[in-house]
Amino acid sequence: MITEPWIPLLVVASSLVPGLLIFGLAESRVRLRTTLNLSGAILKLILVGIMLWGVAQGREYEVRLAFLPGLDLALRAGPLALLFLVLSSLLWLVTTIYAIGYLEGAPHRSRFFGFFSLCVTATVGIAMAADLLTFLLFYELLTLATYPLVVHRGTEIARRAGQIYLAFTIGGGALLLLGIIWLYTLTGTLVFSPGGFVATLDPLHRPALVLIFVCLIAGLGVKAALLPFHAWLPRAMVAPAPVSALLHAVAVVKAGAFGIVRVVYEVFGVEFATELGVTAPLALLAAATIIYGSVRALFQDDLKRRLAFSTVSQVSYIILGVAIASPIATVGGLVHLVHQGLMKITLFFSAGNLAETLGIHKVSEMNGVGRRMPWTMVAFTIAAFGMIGAPPVAGFITKWYLGLGALDAGQHWVLLVLAASSLLNAAYFLPILHAAWFRDPPTHWPQERDFGRRETARALLWPPLITATAALLAGLLAAAPFSPLEWGHLIAAREFIGP
Amino acid sequence: MSVAILYALTGAGLFVIGLHALILRAHLLRKILGFNVMGSGVFLVLAALARRTPSGIPDPVPQAMVITGIVVAIAATALALSLMLRVAAVTGRAELGAAGACHEDGDTEQGERP
Amino acid sequence: MMADNALIAPILIPLLGALLAFLLRRWARPIGLLTMLMLVIALAGLVPGLLETGSRALAIGGWDAPLGVGLRLDGLSLAMLLMTAAVGLAISLYSAVYFSGQPRLVASFWPLWLLLLTGLNALFLATDIFNLYVTLEILGLAAVALAALAGGAEALVAAMRYLLVSLLGSLAYLLGVALLYHAYGTVDLILLSERIAPAPAAWAALGLMSAGLLLKTALFPLHFWLPAAHASAAAPVSALLSALVVKGSFYLLLRLWLELFGGLAGVASILFGLLGAAAVLWGSLQALIQSRLKLLIAYSTVAQIGYLFLAFPLAIGAATTAWTGALYLAVSHGLAKAAMFLAAGNLLRFGGHDRIADLDRVVQRLPLSIAAFALAGVSIMGLPPSGGFIGKWLLLEAALDQGQWGWAIVILLGGVLAATYVFKVLGYAFTQSEHPHQAKPVPALMEWVAFGLAVAAVLLGLIVAPLLALLGLGDPFGAHPMAARP
Repeated sequence: MITEPWIPLLVVASSLVPGLLIFGLAESRVRLRTTLNLSGAILKLILVGIMLWGVAQGREYEVRLAFLPGLDLALRAGPLALLFLVLSSLLWLVTTIYAIGYLEGAPHRSRFFGFFSLCVTATVGIAMAADLLTFLLFYELLTLATYPLVVHRGTEIARRAGQIYLAFTIGGGALLLLGIIWLYTLTGTLVFSPGGFVATLDPLHRPALVLIFVCLIAGLGVKAALLPFHAWLPRAMVAPAPVSALLHAVAVVKAGAFGIVRVVYEVFGVEFATELGVTAPLALLAAATIIYGSVRALFQDDLKRRLAFSTVSQVSYIILGVAIASPIATVGGLVHLVHQGLMKITLFFSAGNLAETLGIHKVSEMNGVGRRMPWTMVAFTIAAFGMIGAPPVAGFITKWYLGLGALDAGQHWVLLVLAASSLLNAAYFLPILHAAWFRDPPTHWPQERDFGRRETARALLWPPLITATAALLAGLLAAAPFSPLEWGHLIAAREFIGP
Repeated sequence: MSVAILYALTGAGLFVIGLHALILRAHLLRKILGFNVMGSGVFLVLAALARRTPSGIPDPVPQAMVITGIVVAIAATALALSLMLRVAAVTGRAELGAAGACHEDGDTEQGERP
Repeated sequence: MMADNALIAPILIPLLGALLAFLLRRWARPIGLLTMLMLVIALAGLVPGLLETGSRALAIGGWDAPLGVGLRLDGLSLAMLLMTAAVGLAISLYSAVYFSGQPRLVASFWPLWLLLLTGLNALFLATDIFNLYVTLEILGLAAVALAALAGGAEALVAAMRYLLVSLLGSLAYLLGVALLYHAYGTVDLILLSERIAPAPAAWAALGLMSAGLLLKTALFPLHFWLPAAHASAAAPVSALLSALVVKGSFYLLLRLWLELFGGLAGVASILFGLLGAAAVLWGSLQALIQSRLKLLIAYSTVAQIGYLFLAFPLAIGAATTAWTGALYLAVSHGLAKAAMFLAAGNLLRFGGHDRIADLDRVVQRLPLSIAAFALAGVSIMGLPPSGGFIGKWLLLEAALDQGQWGWAIVILLGGVLAATYVFKVLGYAFTQSEHPHQAKPVPALMEWVAFGLAVAAVLLGLIVAPLLALLGLGDPFGAHPMAARP
């Protein structure tokens, strides 16, 4: 049942309109800008909540606009779209609050928040895109809107990082475009549908389909930081902390991973993709990325770089879950979309707090920081345990389902990858936790700012605490209705096992 | 017919000679003259082909074209000559290679020179 | 078709304006602006009738072919006319401010600019190949005079070279006209399209006319004159040269191909495609290594012209898709490139230089102009949603449909390279320069005009269906008289 086309449209508008208005605001209109930002974020969350309820009742929301002959632009909110929508709109609200606190008094905030809003607009568009063309449109918008955020600081390093970010993403975009048009000339349609729409093609086209799959996955893999397209991500760390949160948890890498989910399940269909023989190499590539990212993370002293390589590794869990091609692993991959977002954003918020409050940028400077900033480090610790996969934090659920799914599909080697990666995760997170809680603090922090009795500014402290709690709850209450896990089951049941 | 072809071939010859000068001569005046020789060649071809009618009465259409063409060529020559004079006044030489020295200079807004 | 006197308006209005502006020098600016306004209104008046009839024709003074001067309007010419009017309006508004305080330049600019519009509009409407030669010359001479307006050695020498190249191109074209008239006894396009047959005269004419027009369109490797001429002119002139003038000769070549040569010359089509591909790659790489903004934009024009020629080989198997794609690219390039040059003009006036590495935080200090450059860049690199994206989509579709991989790869590679040079500029817009310059104020209108054009180039990518319907009026791409013959 398709109802209320205006809701998807409003979801897009609720960040697009504030974003465009903010561009026009003078730098000094702090209160108006904050109001616009927060009201847009809250409105979006409410609208997404309404759709979540509706979709759970079996409704679908759709809006379409005539575009090229035979090709419409369409937004549709089904269960899979909502998984990403809820995540991104929730985290957008939290990140906005954090960014307002983080950038207090900094220059060029109108520009920053304008592009920030455009990023989220692109992300919700990606989530709701009903076909590959609409997806491409928002995917490229995301590339363009993130660039000014990456180079926001205007330093030479930032400019270089921006060029590298673009070299990767524009190249990926070109591959994606090639794959999409090629597919279109074969099928005449690009609309996502459960079970895919290419299985009925003449077997003659199978070699072409394999190449199209490679084009699409490479194009999406750039944003998902899949090996060997990951190099832009650690360099983009020069951007301010809220941007890192956006890149790693809310928008960019997620958009890539989400696109891979769409392509495997709703373009090719997982059964057909397995028959083509493309899922096994994808699973191997994801596994390689998981191990590679973790190993690289081990050797980084810069905290944000360590977290960045950790993202490279963690995002590929989603892709691994998708590529194992078993319903249970699917659930694991899908929930990790949410879980990784919650945990990674907590880590980046905490790292940003350390940098803003004490001037700490390196792991080696973190001795005893737990005593100086206990709440921040509590949030960090919860998220880090989640990444390692310790119960009851959300990350455990992911690994449990990925492992079960791998057994289910008879792919036992995945268990080894999971075990190795968990060990590596522990190896690069536990020393940080040990140093922060059990070592003595230095006499001077690198660059300390005074916040009176509080450990840091309120707007900086609440966001990591909220997201850490959410990560904890997502694990503890995994069986409750509307938990990510339950929703993952719903998607797997509705879209992939049988409509 | 053979006379017409002779004219036409002469016209084509003039076109090639003019082209040679236009491309290879350095001095702008020679280039402009080359263009005029080329133009004459084309007009000669047109006029020669005007004799084509079986009745022997010349076809007026190519003649009209030649007249129009001459008007255009005069205008173009006038523009070319005045431009050449300005090039010579500014660079000191009536040649095309003279701008090299100013090529890397991006400092003044063109069109707003005093 | 119906006889229709309104067809002459797009030629007569700017011609009268040009004469008036020349005679009443002190009133040149208001006359120019008023003329532009009337031209837009007249064109808007043409559209409804065309929607009903599909195409319209007029024999001026009641003289039919082969003697009279014929005009014809269909979707293809209307698209070019509308693009010219839109870009022309923007350039007029911009120039009204840009040249203020320089009465000598004002008095020269407006008559020439209106004359150029006259030539261009006549070029889009004329139906006989000799009149097309005359329009080509009016266009070329006005363009050269405008390019020389900037003064200075660089601009004058570039204009001189431009003039010689342009004259050479016109003469080659005229010789082709003479050969065609000799062989087929008419200069009317429609009559010619019925009579032309594969013969040495037709091939020689094809060679001469194509070579002349390729030289004027600046297709690689005949582009050598373009970068200096376009980059050294005054900002509004750069914009009109890159956005409009090269499109004039391209349009003419396209018309000749559609009506006369399309069926004759499969080999030439492929050659055009190869040169186009080389232009895309060479122009983009040259743009990438430029250190001055206006030269970068000019080389980008060289590359974008290359795209238009990729349609020639693709049209052999997928005529409508390929031609529509090329035309969509031509129109959106017109809007986007004008926006880029106008934005560059703003940056030049602001900082007093156009060295890319020293842009010095203009993203904060001149945000609207940088936004204009960036949005125009989106269309140039062909990212969605923009006119450039639709054009590239259609070309890619035509290529992949026929399994012609080479062309598809060139199209994609050109897009990536375009992104690289656009973002090279944008990156330096964020950083601080080591050689700070005195900043001069830029009038708000100049910023908004550039921005408006860039937004229009992006919007072209959202209103696709009506535009495609408009382009198809009168079926300009279906007429392949030679293709039907054995």
